[in-house]
Amino acid sequence: MRKTLWIVSVLIVASIVLAACGGGAAPSGGGQTVTVVETVIVEVPAEGAVVAPAGFGVTLAAVQARGFLICGSNSQVPGFGFIDANGEFSGIDVDYCRALAAAIFGDPSKVEFRPVTAAERFTALQSGEIDILSRNTTWTLTRDSELAGNFTATTFYDGQGMMVPVETGFTTLQDLDGGTVCVQTGTTTELNLADVMSALGISYTPAVFEDADSTFAAYSEGRCDAVTTDKSGLVARRAVLADPAAHVILDVTMSKEPLGPMVRHGDDQWFDIAQWVVFAMIAAEEFGITSANVDSVRSSSTEPEVLRLLGVEGEMGAKIGLSNDWGYNIIKLVGNYAEVYDRNLGPNTPTYIPRGLNSLYTDGGLLYAPPVR
Amino acid sequence: MANNAQEKTAIPFWRDERILNVLGQVAFVIALLLFASFIYRNMQAGLAQQGTTLGYNFFRVVAGFDISETLIEYSRSSTYWQAFLVGLLNTLSVSIVGIILATALGVVLGVARLSTNFLINRIAAFYLEFIRNLSLLVFLVFWYLGVFLKLPRVANAIEWSGGIIWTNRGVGIPWGLPTDSFPTFRLILFIGMILALGVFIALRIYSRRTGRAPLTLLWTVLTFAAVGLFGWFILPEKPLVLDVPFVKGLNLAGGKILSPEFMALTSGLVLYTSAFIGEVVRAGILAVNKGQVEAARALGLTGFQTLQLVVMPQAMRVIVPPMTSQYLNLIKNSSLAIAVGYPDVFYVSNTIQNQTGRAVEMISLVMLTYLLFSLITSVFMNWYNQKIKLVER
Repeated sequence: MRKTLWIVSVLIVASIVLAACGGGAAPSGGGQTVTVVETVIVEVPAEGAVVAPAGFGVTLAAVQARGFLICGSNSQVPGFGFIDANGEFSGIDVDYCRALAAAIFGDPSKVEFRPVTAAERFTALQSGEIDILSRNTTWTLTRDSELAGNFTATTFYDGQGMMVPVETGFTTLQDLDGGTVCVQTGTTTELNLADVMSALGISYTPAVFEDADSTFAAYSEGRCDAVTTDKSGLVARRAVLADPAAHVILDVTMSKEPLGPMVRHGDDQWFDIAQWVVFAMIAAEEFGITSANVDSVRSSSTEPEVLRLLGVEGEMGAKIGLSNDWGYNIIKLVGNYAEVYDRNLGPNTPTYIPRGLNSLYTDGGLLYAPPVR
Repeated sequence: MANNAQEKTAIPFWRDERILNVLGQVAFVIALLLFASFIYRNMQAGLAQQGTTLGYNFFRVVAGFDISETLIEYSRSSTYWQAFLVGLLNTLSVSIVGIILATALGVVLGVARLSTNFLINRIAAFYLEFIRNLSLLVFLVFWYLGVFLKLPRVANAIEWSGGIIWTNRGVGIPWGLPTDSFPTFRLILFIGMILALGVFIALRIYSRRTGRAPLTLLWTVLTFAAVGLFGWFILPEKPLVLDVPFVKGLNLAGGKILSPEFMALTSGLVLYTSAFIGEVVRAGILAVNKGQVEAARALGLTGFQTLQLVVMPQAMRVIVPPMTSQYLNLIKNSSLAIAVGYPDVFYVSNTIQNQTGRAVEMISLVMLTYLLFSLITSVFMNWYNQKIKLVER
């Protein structure tokens, strides 16, 4: 009796499994149960879509329905992404997200910053935990393809540098032969360090840490002879070391590090929005529009491209799914590229970095916005 | 059977407990399978949206990053698979060193906790209570940032007469450096091991035949040591020379350099786990009936003999099962290495995952690794437990 029951039950389970695998081939006698299985299967993609939005327009719709943007940011690099003394996020990567929120909602405060480490950022973006990754992330082929993301535009042209204590007297990478270098895991920096040192034939020991704070804590304790990251990061972190003057950034550039916001694969509209927010900020600087004069420019300018950018003429915003005053909102509420740069990395900040490559192309830099047309 | 049939007519099947039991279990299995298939399909849907597929082919690609501590040959041009192996071996070495030291310290603590000497007893009690109630992560960070990185820099290294150097770049200890005759010596040691095994088996057979109890362990060890010493002195060149660490420029050289990361991780794990092992040992000893000790003393055994011959063998039966879970804890806790920058398997896998974007593959592989380590430990400890447990006749 018992045995028969078990055999029957095993058969039922087996037929269910077969039905689930075979995509609904109805076994005899189990019709009703199979229907249940099929219903579940149908539901799966629908639930998946909520978790990881993909497809044209899905991200913007999700952000608008939620009422705020979720921005994956840094919280440990002053000038780029940092929680300041007032507990507020600040930095150019952070201000970019505010500009994006201003473009979408007309309100730069409608953004939630979610600090992600270098190692977890791409997974966070892939899984839909964040809408956009704006966290001094270097544009590379692997990240643009295999890591299922798209870089929108470069917001900061950087290069990898090396910082050493002044007392060591080091001036070149060769001086570091036999030494130890502190580096953060999950970064292009970690890979570049290995590349450059092996190309130069310099033997060294890496001391690898999980985040910027522990990397620089170990460096300042003398765990390593040098610390390496993007030059902007070195400048920013040196400013918060106990004695900034005791550390020098070597005059070597180990790599190209174009940093910029990154979005997920699969939603071209969201990609366009994220990209054009960067271009709008650069274009505003090209036209000399600032948060202070944007109102008077809007009412008095006769230049068609300026009028298009500010939403007076044409339907530029509608083309990317936003309201037509998106450009005006960015400039009015957050500022143009120069304002954002000066606020976070300008001469009056502790993290001053000369603009260099990050000037407009007309000033010998690399910033160049395609026409707003 | 007739009785059965009667029952069948008497009770409708929806009230027959046996049928309901089976139906309940079938329903549960179906629900479980549906849930599993839902999870799996959800993952596949997610991966399809990103345009990625599962697979471990990326393991053959050049890793491109360096690792600070490697037990096998590794450089930036090694593959991801080799990087993973490096991490695996690092986890293994921390676990093995940790388990050995934690057991030794734990047994001492457990016995000290039961000491009749007031001072020893109180110190052990304080240690156990203090350490057991700390957070391990905080404890590890303390050892790293608070102790090993606070050691003097290489220029002002603390040098002990034994050849041990303490710096914040690592702790240098003297280490045997193999010479040309080392392979021969290794062969001799191997022969010694076989001989010792032979002696061991012979004595066991002798013991079983005659009923006498020869000092089996002592003779086995002596055989091995004798062959080893013989080899050491007969070879024209010493197979190992002592390599004492010294300061060389920026770093330490020679000997064996234990990195601050390794030191912090092992000290943290050992001190933390030993507190738990201490309590396990104490519980095991207390579980032995007081009458056993009294009987042993009445027979004229000394205190140490009582512990060795009467108390410990019985206590082991109580100690081994919880001890196993402490060992498993230590192995699993070693994944906190990431907090102090020690490249264990979890840390390296994180890096690989980050460089390749293969989150599902790497996380499942890491889970499998820890599962395997734990199961192997568990199987060994269960075997040992079977061996020592009370044989009832």
